[in-house]
Amino acid sequence: MPASGRRRRGSLTPVLWVPAGLALALLGLPLLAVVMRAPWGQLPELLAQPSVSAALRLSLITAVESTIISMVLGIPLALVLARSERWPALARRLLRALVTVPLVLPPVVGGVALLLLLGRHGLLGQFLPFQIPFSTAAVVIAQTFVAMPFLVLAVEGAIRASDRRFEVAAATLGASRLTIFYRITLPLIAPGVSAGALLCFCRALGEFGATITFAGSFPGVTQTLPIATYLQLQSTNPESAYALSLVLMAVSVIVLASLRDRWVPGVTA
Amino acid sequence: MSLVARLEVTRGAFELQLDLAVRPGRTLAFLGPNGAGKSTALGALAGEIDSRGSIELNSRRLDEVPIEARRIGYLFQDYLLFPHLTVLENVAFGPRSVGVRAAAARREAGQWLERFAISELAARRPGQLSGGQAQQVALARALAASPELLLLDEPLAALDVEVRAEVRAELAHHLSDWGGLAIVVTHSFDDVAGLAADVVVVEQGRATQSGTVRDLVRQPATPYISRLVAAYGED
Repeated sequence: MPASGRRRRGSLTPVLWVPAGLALALLGLPLLAVVMRAPWGQLPELLAQPSVSAALRLSLITAVESTIISMVLGIPLALVLARSERWPALARRLLRALVTVPLVLPPVVGGVALLLLLGRHGLLGQFLPFQIPFSTAAVVIAQTFVAMPFLVLAVEGAIRASDRRFEVAAATLGASRLTIFYRITLPLIAPGVSAGALLCFCRALGEFGATITFAGSFPGVTQTLPIATYLQLQSTNPESAYALSLVLMAVSVIVLASLRDRWVPGVTA
Repeated sequence: MSLVARLEVTRGAFELQLDLAVRPGRTLAFLGPNGAGKSTALGALAGEIDSRGSIELNSRRLDEVPIEARRIGYLFQDYLLFPHLTVLENVAFGPRSVGVRAAAARREAGQWLERFAISELAARRPGQLSGGQAQQVALARALAASPELLLLDEPLAALDVEVRAEVRAELAHHLSDWGGLAIVVTHSFDDVAGLAADVVVVEQGRATQSGTVRDLVRQPATPYISRLVAAYGED
């Protein structure tokens, strides 16, 4: 087409600025509304309410636990995923699908699935001498289910981007595979691991659907920040919900800022 | 101290078949054009590439032994210094990996840096080194792991032409100081003449001539070798 051929590459027709601007408004204005309408003056009292501070504490603890579990289990899984080139194509695709499913699955379905597996009459749950659902452990399991893929994909990207020949070099110097993993592979992918861990933490902190389905909403036991926020909003005192939203938003912004230049494959891929 | 090996590697249509015998205390050069299979041969010796045939180093069969147990030092073309470790930690990596305690390994590494007269680089990161310095650190790191055979893959290729002669002389000096078995891969006759006593010319996966540097100069067996010999000194 001669007309578009003359136009500079990458330049935009003004018509596109309208939807683009609307999109930005849709993404940005709600956040602005939270900041503008947040009860700044009463923030300390609102957050100090027993039910609110209990939710804060529970969320912080469970999100950290989920992130740690995700790292311990997810980094090895990322290695398997990154080094599966020699596997049959079907097995490789299946593995990748399993890791990616929680990213696209509605969280509430994840909660139902966990209940069907670990519930009192669940596939595995019926053999367990203790009950998992509606406990703090259930919160951690639900959060890990939903958040771990973020870490796995970020770490996998970092592993793929790192030069494997450093591992060969370490082996020629006499290092065992375990030594190579701890002293070479892990330090080289550390930026990817920390980016993945932050994303994972954020996702765990914000988890709602799977948690309320699998763990319920018991104050101090399974009632996490997002659940508490939702319940406060239904109550006669929505101010607490605004305050909690502000807290959750602040955490997200801080995490995003600390990731700013770092490569975040889980998001860009 | 000797190496006797028969390397057989198939990669797609490419086939490498090489018989090797390195005499005690000598440095052998693999000379050949790009894609001739020289680096493949090194990879097969180190255990990075699967090879049929057999490798016997100081009467030890190596073909079934994993990389980390072969005790073969490898100086990579781009050195592959660990970017997250200091120069001292890089050199201490080998001793540390075989169970030497941290403090002792650092002492040992420090001695290697002294021997190479590069002690002032100890605290630097690989990113802060010149090409020549990086090569010296990589060599010190490889030797600190006390290998029984040292492989050098195009050790001068990553350097600027102006510094090559100097670094080559330095490298030759360190190799003769060390006194072990070494194989150096190169496509430059200057490297061969400056570093090695014996040569195997590799062309298309086969040895086309082997002998001393002198033999090659006197009676080049292929057109490729005559061209190289004729161009000798022009680098």
